[in-house]
Amino acid sequence: MSDPTAQSGKIDFSPKPRPHEVAIRIFLFVTAAISIVITLGIVLELVKESWLFFGDPEVSLWEFLTSNEWQPVIGKFGIWPLLSATLMTSTIAMLVAFPLGLMVAIYLSEYAPDRVRAILKPVLEILAGIPTVVYGYFAVTFMTPLLQSIFGNDIVDVYNTASAGIVMGILILPLVSSMTEDALSSVPRSLRAGAFALGATKMETSIQIVVPAAFSGIAAAFIVALSRAVGETMIVALAAGAGPNFTINPFEGAETLTGYIVRISGGDISYNSVDYNSIFALGLVLFIITLTLNFISRRIVEKYREVYE
Amino acid sequence: MDTKLAMHTKNLNFFYGDFQALFDVSLDFGANEVTALIGPSGCGKSTLLRCLNRMNDLIPETRSEGEIYFRDQPIHGQEVDPVEVRRQVGMVFQKPNPFPKTIYENIAWGARINGYRGDMDELVETSLKKCALWDEVKEKLKQNALGLSGGQQQRLCIARTIAVEPDVILMDEPTSALDPISTAKIEDLITELRKRYTIIIVTHNMQQAGRVSEKTAFFLNGVIIEAGLTSDIFFNPKEERTEAYISGRFG
Repeated sequence: MSDPTAQSGKIDFSPKPRPHEVAIRIFLFVTAAISIVITLGIVLELVKESWLFFGDPEVSLWEFLTSNEWQPVIGKFGIWPLLSATLMTSTIAMLVAFPLGLMVAIYLSEYAPDRVRAILKPVLEILAGIPTVVYGYFAVTFMTPLLQSIFGNDIVDVYNTASAGIVMGILILPLVSSMTEDALSSVPRSLRAGAFALGATKMETSIQIVVPAAFSGIAAAFIVALSRAVGETMIVALAAGAGPNFTINPFEGAETLTGYIVRISGGDISYNSVDYNSIFALGLVLFIITLTLNFISRRIVEKYREVYE
Repeated sequence: MDTKLAMHTKNLNFFYGDFQALFDVSLDFGANEVTALIGPSGCGKSTLLRCLNRMNDLIPETRSEGEIYFRDQPIHGQEVDPVEVRRQVGMVFQKPNPFPKTIYENIAWGARINGYRGDMDELVETSLKKCALWDEVKEKLKQNALGLSGGQQQRLCIARTIAVEPDVILMDEPTSALDPISTAKIEDLITELRKRYTIIIVTHNMQQAGRVSEKTAFFLNGVIIEAGLTSDIFFNPKEERTEAYISGRFG
């Protein structure tokens, strides 16, 4: 009781009203809630319009999921021509973007001197900032003629999935390399030191120690890039071809899910016709694909993430 | 010093940019001996250790002057491949750093990249046995090494180092992140390993230096103050500063 402040009266420990704390909490909650409500609204709209589509007597869900004929004019609604074109352009894009992006990332993270990295990273990010419509024209006016000059005009159509896929690969390259570089850089330095101390070369260390240690991050980069490719619209709308075509020939034109949606929604097909409603069903399919990919990516990150002390 | 030399340095100077971390260090490391490097933090003992297997080459903006020898071969300078040096001079780090691979792969990887052609299962077993870890892990060789305790991880790191069959093992405060029981196991291991390897250990723990080493070198501000038999350094130091450090009056 020798402390003078202790005698000067009781301290008030009772809770105080703090209106600004309450206000900010409500405000932040509302912003978070809005984004969820908007997402739910989009999904609801997709499902509602799809319901109209599948409710149409001309359409059967079974045919939609299994048939390889998409000709709305004669009432044929099989998704496979569109889905296969999407798979084709996405696969080609990933074949370009993933190996290249991985190599760029290994170079940036393991080999590049700080000064080179300081220049190269922003340049790559500029690549990501180019509007996709520019990429679309790049595919039509540069990549397609290039492919034609290599393989011949009679083999490569003016509109083809190869050209669109390759250019899409260039589009998502910065995404892959930047995410992969982040994953590689987050591998602790001590692991590299441990490998070098065993007499490992730079390449042995990078490829056999650092890359596997960053597996979860690299897999996540792969899947995020893949869902970007599946959903990419402008390049395929311009360069892949307008017209459903069930083919595995990358040099033929084939319309993707997104390409078809763009063409119909921008065209003069009347609102509430079955053709019009079909794009919502296709949108729903796209949504399910990307949702699944995101889900897989989360699972991989959780399962394979290494916990370092 | 009649013993054969495993390594020695002559007039070694080392710089981080403009900062000089080592001054004229000339030190002999006898073969099959344990040499302890002691001194306060920042005195240059870890820097010297990393010079001995060229790990400093990985740090940008560093340079060294002077000579470093493995047996009687120079290992300093541009004409020496650091990768080859590190195959002869292994290193164990302050914090255990097993690879995020299986226990088996942790041992096998270093041997494999060094071109080991023999029976890998056998090498893994003998390396783990030498580090008194076999009995603890033999049932779970296929499990991730990150699941082991800190002390087990550090013994695994020593096992993977000896699987490469180096001549010299550098240890940079190998027990500073471990509990006393794990520390005692590592010290026993060092005593066991000295029969086959030359060991150079940096430690902040004076008792540890006293327990495991035959020779000791005391550093202060990048300079060797005193080096010699551990018993002399500890009980009959010639330098007052050595005595002051060992008895805990500074540092």
